[in-house]
Amino acid sequence: MTFAFYLAGAIAIASTSLAITRLNAVHALLHLVVSFLSVALILLLLGAPFAAAFEVIIYAGAIMVLFAFVVMMLGPAQKAASEERRWLALRAWLGPALLAAVLVAELIYVVHAAPGKATQVAGITPHQIAVFLLGPYILGVELVSLVLLLGLVGAFHLAYQLGKRERSLRRGVQP
Amino acid sequence: MPYEHAMMLAGILFFLGLAGVLIRRDAIFVLLSLEIMLNAAGFALVVAGAQWHAADGQAMFLFILAVAAAEVSIGLALVLWLFHWHRSVDIDRASSMRG
Repeated sequence: MTFAFYLAGAIAIASTSLAITRLNAVHALLHLVVSFLSVALILLLLGAPFAAAFEVIIYAGAIMVLFAFVVMMLGPAQKAASEERRWLALRAWLGPALLAAVLVAELIYVVHAAPGKATQVAGITPHQIAVFLLGPYILGVELVSLVLLLGLVGAFHLAYQLGKRERSLRRGVQP
Repeated sequence: MPYEHAMMLAGILFFLGLAGVLIRRDAIFVLLSLEIMLNAAGFALVVAGAQWHAADGQAMFLFILAVAAAEVSIGLALVLWLFHWHRSVDIDRASSMRG
């Protein structure tokens, strides 16, 4: 299991440093997804399957999709299909795909090495976390719900004003 | 698995994110690097929680997750405004305030 930790850590460091040095944002997103997946694997090895699942669903899933939306909104607005074909070139996804394949092999190895429990340490169950969250940390949960609500209202406000402004600009240009 | 090495990995990831904030001028990359830093901080909390078999680390990780999600939605909306004003996402272009 120690070997699995070092391999996943090396993949995390390699893909993160590749992500921050890419010139193309889409390539960086691909590398960053691999980085988050390897961190999730390390969390699984640490006996935190709940946090690992959240890492995959929220970080590698939701947040990266949000970034992809904005990159696609800003990127191909000017340049069209030829740009997209260049993004889908083999060179663009070969690196992240190789790193992800190593991660998959490692995950299969970890699950098969110790059937039933993927870790040596006694894991923390979601039940224990829930007891903590709704017990001593109940104020924190309320504050986090407030932060999420403010994020929602703030993002809506910014996007609504932007849309109104661009509509009025377009109306001003046309006549 | 060695606790110190897991903490060191969290530190390395955090500094990679910090380097990304410092060297990149593309607003999307700056936000990505902020995500890397938040992720590294949450990872360090889970490692510490696993070391002492406490659920606190993962509870804190969930808080960081929620803050990161709120931050990225606001941040990307601001990036869209930056693009609207300057027709680019270079954060050096937005170096002055009105007022």
